[in-house]
Amino acid sequence: MREYQNIFTQVQVAAPDYPGVPIGDEEYNRTSGIIHNHWLGKLGDAQIGPIYLGTLGVFALIAGALAFFIIGMNMFASVNWDPVQFVRQLFWLALEPPPPEYGLTIPPLNDGGWWLIVGALLTLSIMLWWARTFRISRNLGMSNYLAWAFGAAILLYLVLGFIRPILMGSWAEAVPFGVFPHLDWTAAFSLRYGNLFYNPFHMLSIAFLYGSAVLFAMHGATILATSRYGADREIDQITDRGTAAERGALFWRWCMGFNASMESIHRWGWWFAVLTVLTGAIGILLTGTVVENWYLWGMKHGIVPAYPPIEATPVIDPMIGGAQ
Amino acid sequence: MKAFTMKRFASVLVLGTALMTGCEAPPPESVQRGYRGTGMEALYNPDTLQELVNANQVPAAIPAVSSEGPKAGDIYQNVEVLGHLSVGEFTRLMAAITQWVSPDQGCNYCHVAGEGFEADTLYTKKVARVMIAMTQNANENWGAHVGGAGVTCYTCHRGNNVPEQVWTIGVPPRRAENMGHMMQNVAHQESSVYTSLPIDPFTPYLLEDGVARAQGDTALPQGHEASIQSTEHIYSLMMHYSDALGVNCTHCHNSRAFGSWEESNSERVQAWHGQQMVKEMNNAYINPTNDWLPAHRQGPLGDAQKVNCATCHQGAYQPLLGANMLADYPNLGALAPEPEAAPAAMEETPAPMEMETSSLDQGVMGGEAN
Repeated sequence: MREYQNIFTQVQVAAPDYPGVPIGDEEYNRTSGIIHNHWLGKLGDAQIGPIYLGTLGVFALIAGALAFFIIGMNMFASVNWDPVQFVRQLFWLALEPPPPEYGLTIPPLNDGGWWLIVGALLTLSIMLWWARTFRISRNLGMSNYLAWAFGAAILLYLVLGFIRPILMGSWAEAVPFGVFPHLDWTAAFSLRYGNLFYNPFHMLSIAFLYGSAVLFAMHGATILATSRYGADREIDQITDRGTAAERGALFWRWCMGFNASMESIHRWGWWFAVLTVLTGAIGILLTGTVVENWYLWGMKHGIVPAYPPIEATPVIDPMIGGAQ
Repeated sequence: MKAFTMKRFASVLVLGTALMTGCEAPPPESVQRGYRGTGMEALYNPDTLQELVNANQVPAAIPAVSSEGPKAGDIYQNVEVLGHLSVGEFTRLMAAITQWVSPDQGCNYCHVAGEGFEADTLYTKKVARVMIAMTQNANENWGAHVGGAGVTCYTCHRGNNVPEQVWTIGVPPRRAENMGHMMQNVAHQESSVYTSLPIDPFTPYLLEDGVARAQGDTALPQGHEASIQSTEHIYSLMMHYSDALGVNCTHCHNSRAFGSWEESNSERVQAWHGQQMVKEMNNAYINPTNDWLPAHRQGPLGDAQKVNCATCHQGAYQPLLGANMLADYPNLGALAPEPEAAPAAMEETPAPMEMETSSLDQGVMGGEAN
């Protein structure tokens, strides 16, 4: 018997165009075109469209595209409009925030001004997109878990690029736009503030991040393993005996004593994902504002193990004692 | 069907293993240099170790001569930094320097044939005088960095007129008109060790008075100022240290607390003295030569070619892997006695230059006490 499986499915679900549930007054927000794609059908649903773009979506895309374009043009200008160098150096190029001497003032365009404009445009784009997730959820009669989860990620973004720089009194504390440069920023940020690994909120964020991956793997594997019993139709099964849902639950009960329910596993996943960015945002927010050196903070609070001295004579700072 | 799947599985397994283990063969050798579990290890690739040894062979010393007899300063004219040597020693050192610095051009690299040896016609001779004094000064006053092995002309020159690895003040890359640039995010720059970090980490720390300290030494903020940008400058400088010495961070640091001196190896103190030494070399010895340097010995901004870690180290954790050449050429071990020391550069205690324009924020450049 052929089975329906996403990714390398043997069966394509070929159905007539389906516009989705009616949404009344806001119907005009939806595009009318519907196409069917065989190859996308192997990964998910073969029907593409209609898209609910809406005013929010249109302006979010415009602001985001503008931000993307300005970043690209700044990078292009920094290689003197040389297309070969633009491609060759792309991963090295960046739009950097203003240098520290500007503090929170508005710098000239060529010295961080474009960075501020891009930051504003990108923030606008993201916030509009966030509002859009709210509106689409409402129109579908859903609650707002998606919007709040996305909002948690936005909070981390705002802490990194806006809230913390303002608290520190310098745009220069913010992250540059660029592939390698933003990674340099990450490394330099940890080096500057005494090793982020000793920041408890960073620890929590990592725990939730890795936990999210583990939960996702557990849940994904459980559903796939029980799809032969129709696990993809989970709501029919949640109360019955012998169903895919019960087998999945029993697997984890037998495996480790405890099992989530078909509903609560999604709550687990949601909270782990949301807490990754929430604890991350708290960790970043505290860095430099209320904690100067996380390693020394960890020493003070007993979370750093002490090691015996490396050398027979202690190594001391050569600048202690008036050395130049 | 099943056999096919097994075969496929096996081949993927073999391929994956080959990919994961084949990245760097043979496996590097590691030497523990700190407390267990801290990852303080020196890593060597046995394949490239022999190359390093070959590249750091010391040329045979010229047979030693007596220090007795008339002094060079009394016999020859215009001998400023080596006048206290015996004529024999002086001639021997001249022969050695020719071998080390201008093996192809010979004496004529510094002296014009037909003119007396005393003539300062060529800039190369004047530079050589300053470089000899710089070497003597390093050996006499910077034992904290050069240790017992010391340095000779060969440590850097290795048969080249100009050491292979020198630096000049960086210029921003070609960019559109009116485009600002923060001297970073440039691909394929040796000075930033091919990262996107700042491309001139030398000017702030090996020429100006930048204090390479990013971290505050208090748990809570108490006024320590250092920007992310200045931290990236320090990071870039540290990449240079690492690259120049062929070592990783843990040669000096315990990576859990880069700023902590108690957790560092004593090599870090040695490196700190090296930074001060190089700063003095660049300001007190090399910069003054710029007045008579021809353009092809200058950088794009018209400054002299300067010293950094790689100039001497050239990929070895100790230049020439610690070979003590100075023992064969003790005349380079100390500055000439007082009355002989004439050039202005050597009269006063060299003070690092005050630079007005700094690429870094004042917090780091200023006299931050710790």
